[in-house]
Amino acid sequence: MTPQSNFMVVAAIKPEREVELRQLLDSMNRAPGRVDPNNELIPFAEFDELHFARFVILDDKTTEDIRVYGLAPRQYPLYLAFLGDVDGDANAFLGKLIKRAGKGLVRIFSCCEGFTSETNLLAWMKQHHAPAIAAYVNWRGRTVRQIREEAALYEAVQSYIEKNAGTFEGLAPRELHEKLRSFVKAEKSGGRLMLSRENPTPIGWQIKNLLHLIGLPLLALLVSPLLVVLAPFYIIALRRLEKSDPEVCPTADQKHSEDLSKFEDHDVTNQFSAMGSLKPGLVRLLTTIGVLKTVNYGARHITRPGRLGRIRSIHFARWVFVAGTERMIFCSNYDGSVESYMDDFINKTGFGLNASFSNGIGYPRTNWLVLDGCIDERNYKEYLRRHTLPSQVWYKAYPGLTAVDLERHTRIRQGLETPSMTDDELCQWVALL
Amino acid sequence: MSEVDYADVQGLVRFGYGRLTSASYALVRVKNVAAAKAWLRAASVTSAVEQKPPPKTALNIAFTAPGLEKLGVPESVIAGFSHEFRGGMAQESRSRQLGDVGDNAPSKWFWGGYGREPHAVIMFFGEPDQFDSFVQTTKGSSWSDAFEEMTWLGTSNLDGNEPFSFADGISQPQIDWEQQRRTPCTQLQYTNITALGEFLLGYRNEYGKFTDRPLLEPDATSTDLPSAGEAPAKKDLGRNGTYLVMRQLEQDVRKFWQFLYEQAGGNLADAAQLGAKMVGRTLAGDPLAPTQDEPIPGVDPKSAQQNQFTYESDPAGAHCPFGAHIRRANPRNTDFPEQHLSALRKLIIMLGFGPKRFYDDLTSSVRFHRILRRGREYGSELSPEEALQPGPPNESPRGLHFICLNPNISRQFEFLQNAWIMNTKFSGLTGESDPLLGNRGSLPGCPVTSAFTMPEDGGLRRRVCGLPQFITLRGGAYFFLPSLRALRYFAGAPNG
Repeated sequence: MTPQSNFMVVAAIKPEREVELRQLLDSMNRAPGRVDPNNELIPFAEFDELHFARFVILDDKTTEDIRVYGLAPRQYPLYLAFLGDVDGDANAFLGKLIKRAGKGLVRIFSCCEGFTSETNLLAWMKQHHAPAIAAYVNWRGRTVRQIREEAALYEAVQSYIEKNAGTFEGLAPRELHEKLRSFVKAEKSGGRLMLSRENPTPIGWQIKNLLHLIGLPLLALLVSPLLVVLAPFYIIALRRLEKSDPEVCPTADQKHSEDLSKFEDHDVTNQFSAMGSLKPGLVRLLTTIGVLKTVNYGARHITRPGRLGRIRSIHFARWVFVAGTERMIFCSNYDGSVESYMDDFINKTGFGLNASFSNGIGYPRTNWLVLDGCIDERNYKEYLRRHTLPSQVWYKAYPGLTAVDLERHTRIRQGLETPSMTDDELCQWVALL
Repeated sequence: MSEVDYADVQGLVRFGYGRLTSASYALVRVKNVAAAKAWLRAASVTSAVEQKPPPKTALNIAFTAPGLEKLGVPESVIAGFSHEFRGGMAQESRSRQLGDVGDNAPSKWFWGGYGREPHAVIMFFGEPDQFDSFVQTTKGSSWSDAFEEMTWLGTSNLDGNEPFSFADGISQPQIDWEQQRRTPCTQLQYTNITALGEFLLGYRNEYGKFTDRPLLEPDATSTDLPSAGEAPAKKDLGRNGTYLVMRQLEQDVRKFWQFLYEQAGGNLADAAQLGAKMVGRTLAGDPLAPTQDEPIPGVDPKSAQQNQFTYESDPAGAHCPFGAHIRRANPRNTDFPEQHLSALRKLIIMLGFGPKRFYDDLTSSVRFHRILRRGREYGSELSPEEALQPGPPNESPRGLHFICLNPNISRQFEFLQNAWIMNTKFSGLTGESDPLLGNRGSLPGCPVTSAFTMPEDGGLRRRVCGLPQFITLRGGAYFFLPSLRALRYFAGAPNG
């Protein structure tokens, strides 16, 4: 199994180069929201292990919101973020990326502070790495290569069925399964279809994963006496904050909302980046860290492949602190329109959403961390829209395919590689075709 | 909880005026603001008060955002309306969402595209013998000073069928006028009763909340307006009003039946069966999904044969395909993929360890996505048999003036159109959109969207490929259907 990993480079933009940077990023697109996958600066399509990538200028317009706490807003530099999700080790990917697209990266990053002609690109990128505090992968181990091979398999099986529609209709599932198995076998041996075996799971990754799996519960167990003692104080403090924290949910600016729309719905999948400041104080910071560590643990060790709670439309997602612990960004790649994403959020995982987002300034009022909050649909949607940032450049390695498509393809393949199934399994498998 | 003042609600919200079989919609632009306001002040707009005997005519009026602007409604007030309404239906990014591309693109619309937005739609309804004189009297002498007529959208009475000959308008949500419905955190059983706030602004919706709308500071112009439910100090311009979505859907009846006939190998009965699979109902309106004995809240027992069903009885889509029009438009599901849940089971499902089959739990809960349909057909009747013949040259078009009412366009109409009707990935499908409304356009990575899949029990699905586009969008706009008090506010607004 090849585990997925991610990278994110965050660097302050030189104010005098912002215009140039924006032009550079725009030049990677054919039209707003539609990247040229073979663009000169970074030809994304040439990297077989790259699932998603994006450039976002972290133009957070909500930093003034902290005034509701009587605090003066800080002047943050304008940051550029470059992030992606890859198969295998992220550092190995960055090395490969620099080799092929080093010139383009230099042109982009030389618009950032601290980057000169003498700078070592890889060292600089590592130095500006912003690690995710929580990350989600829809289907750990499914590589871009596997996705493409399984998509080709699906197409081949579909056209084979169309050619033989007359004979296949009314065929018992078991016979159909046999016929398709021999077809695929023939296609594979004829070299027309490729279904690569999984690579062995890297030993280092396995050890780290195991340590993480047992480490966090162990740590929780160790400090549990302390947690039990502190819990009442924490709960009282949290409840007090929940009752007094002000909501900041003005209607999102019409132009901002329309500008975001220009980058949306060009593919069946969309990008999402939302940024904001954490509520001041240690309670909120610790809550954020605790919740996100838990989310990360659950996403890594507990969730079923293809599902984040009940949600089946998210390919990759992550939460990242931006330069310190005052501000956070949430980035995801999801299927469907933003309205249906919000719908899934509110109606399917409102509790998780509240726990992870309610520590942001202005979030609709929650109770007991997981209740209410986003159920205030109007405030929640305006809140999120206002905090959403356009992705200047966004790349996806498999246009036209949703996470559910990928699951269908994988299930079809698994069925084809299983010589015998029960009648019920066979019926369900045939229904995928 | 305040009772609904029916005298303040336009009649179209409560009634479809089915007895008033003649109807015509005037799309107008304001020519002279003062004259238009005077006309609006004098117009006798039909309210939702039940009249005995029922009225023989009815008049309802709705405005676009440019229309309100033209009438001099202050920018600060217009800013209180929703993003969708202010942006308009023809915006490019919205067109991508709604599937209004290719032949459906706003640049090809007869009306409503860029620079051709109406300011208002004035809807006339009447009994046939009174209709013409009603229109003439209502227009009166100042009409032509006040308005420039862009177009008149005529309608026809096809006796409850839509132009493809299928019975239409069978299923509507039941509005909870009495506001008895406690909007639950989770709805575990399908109900057809829907919160009043899903159809009228100013009332609680399915989340138990109020939808955004302009709330004004009290001043001389707004004294007549009601107070806002959640902010009594403010005046509620939206209350008792709603948004009206209008889309002119031209239906190529001949193309539809000829395609079905060809697919059915030249057998009209089989063609009708295939058509029924696409619609999800037979020509007569009976659902393909088996009906149930247990009553459904909000479904009239008298219409049990046509409406007392959910897809619990057809989980694999063997009777009614997942992609059938009525299954896309109303999946009749609940908040959870299983009924009769214990608290523990709910938690298990919420955490993602519930049903694990591929087609389980793929569709959003329908109660947040209901609309009230108020459309009318146009063009002459054409039976399936007649439709198999080639049409005469310059045949006049047929179709549906689709109208729906909803206070939250993005969560209701747009979600329905985007995530369900036009979505090529609806409910685990791929390569197909609504068999009737689909634009068949290709998407990046999805060259083909023109299939239609019919699952079979315990066997390979049947799939029809190469569906042509049967329905073309010819125009559309988002309107605000104000309360009568809001209408008076607009008509008496400054600059008058």
